[in-house]
Amino acid sequence: MRNLPPFQLLIDEHGAAVHRFLIATIGTGEADDCYQETFLAALRAYPALRDASNLRGWLLTIAHRKAIDAARARARRPMPVAEPGDLSDAAEPDPVPAGGELWSLVAALPCKQRAALALRFIGDCAYAEIASAMQTSPEAARRSVHEGLRRLRQEARR
Amino acid sequence: MNDGRQRIPEDSESRLERALRDGAPLMAAGPPQIADAAVSAGLLDVAYATLDSPVGTLMLACTKAGLACVAYLDPERGAEDVLARLAARLSPRILRAPRLLDEPRRELDEYFAGRRRSFDLPLDLGGLTPFTCRVLRAAAAIPYGEVATYAEVARVAGSPRGARAAGNALGSNPVPIVVPCHRVLHADGGLGGYTGGTSRKRALLAIEQGGTPG
Repeated sequence: MRNLPPFQLLIDEHGAAVHRFLIATIGTGEADDCYQETFLAALRAYPALRDASNLRGWLLTIAHRKAIDAARARARRPMPVAEPGDLSDAAEPDPVPAGGELWSLVAALPCKQRAALALRFIGDCAYAEIASAMQTSPEAARRSVHEGLRRLRQEARR
Repeated sequence: MNDGRQRIPEDSESRLERALRDGAPLMAAGPPQIADAAVSAGLLDVAYATLDSPVGTLMLACTKAGLACVAYLDPERGAEDVLARLAARLSPRILRAPRLLDEPRRELDEYFAGRRRSFDLPLDLGGLTPFTCRVLRAAAAIPYGEVATYAEVARVAGSPRGARAAGNALGSNPVPIVVPCHRVLHADGGLGGYTGGTSRKRALLAIEQGGTPG
């Protein structure tokens, strides 16, 4: 595929949404690293990209995969045990979305619902795009969004 | 966009949805830059930056081989046209990375201040025809502050009868100023054409005469 847009335009147009998506799904502590990995992976694959009709969806798909990788790596790491007197913020709990009380509730949802809500309301994705980013069916994507919304409403009432 | 929302009361859902859209989490610093990491990973093919100059805003771009583009930016149309042409000519892996253009920016600043008479920059003239390269080399040999005619440049480039073709080749110069095609004039002293317009050509010649640009 020739005539791909200059990669900088992808960053200018979609970088902020990808970053916010990662903050919502993986937390502030790892969002920057995941963001860099996302765009490096995209840059690596870019010249061979055949279908440039939905670059935002393509970037969010990569970001979603990087967020899953980061969450798995975190699960494999031993839990940080605070030594007496060790109050360094390296042991800061994750995920911690900065700003937006509602999104801190989202952070506590199961990861599928969290990702689906982030794709829907930060990535502004249609259900078909959420499905392709999460490698699931549009129906399952819709269910994850609705289940996430239902649980949020419950939580918000407490 | 209203698909699948009918089971939930319209009012409460739209309020929750709006809150989710509006309250999206942000980090004060915004997304990090990726240019340095891209360079380390060998994934950056073209770096670009802009430079304010007495002849307007310039876009500069380089590859690993050297400076590949000096372009006059049209204030109305901005950088997108130039970037799209670079993507097609060189590679779509293009990032804004001003630090990688520190040296050309410094040399051009010195040139505009009248403190530099020649450029010491590696050039990437990939994608040009051999004839265009010969013409550009001939133009690059014209000393600072002097001028030559299209016919003379054509002769040095090995095509004594190719004055018009040489003019076209100079018009496609990807690195004006650095390769000084503005020093090429008509035999009758007429300015001829210029990629950035004749007023810029006149301004550059004035700088080289020790005058003030514009």
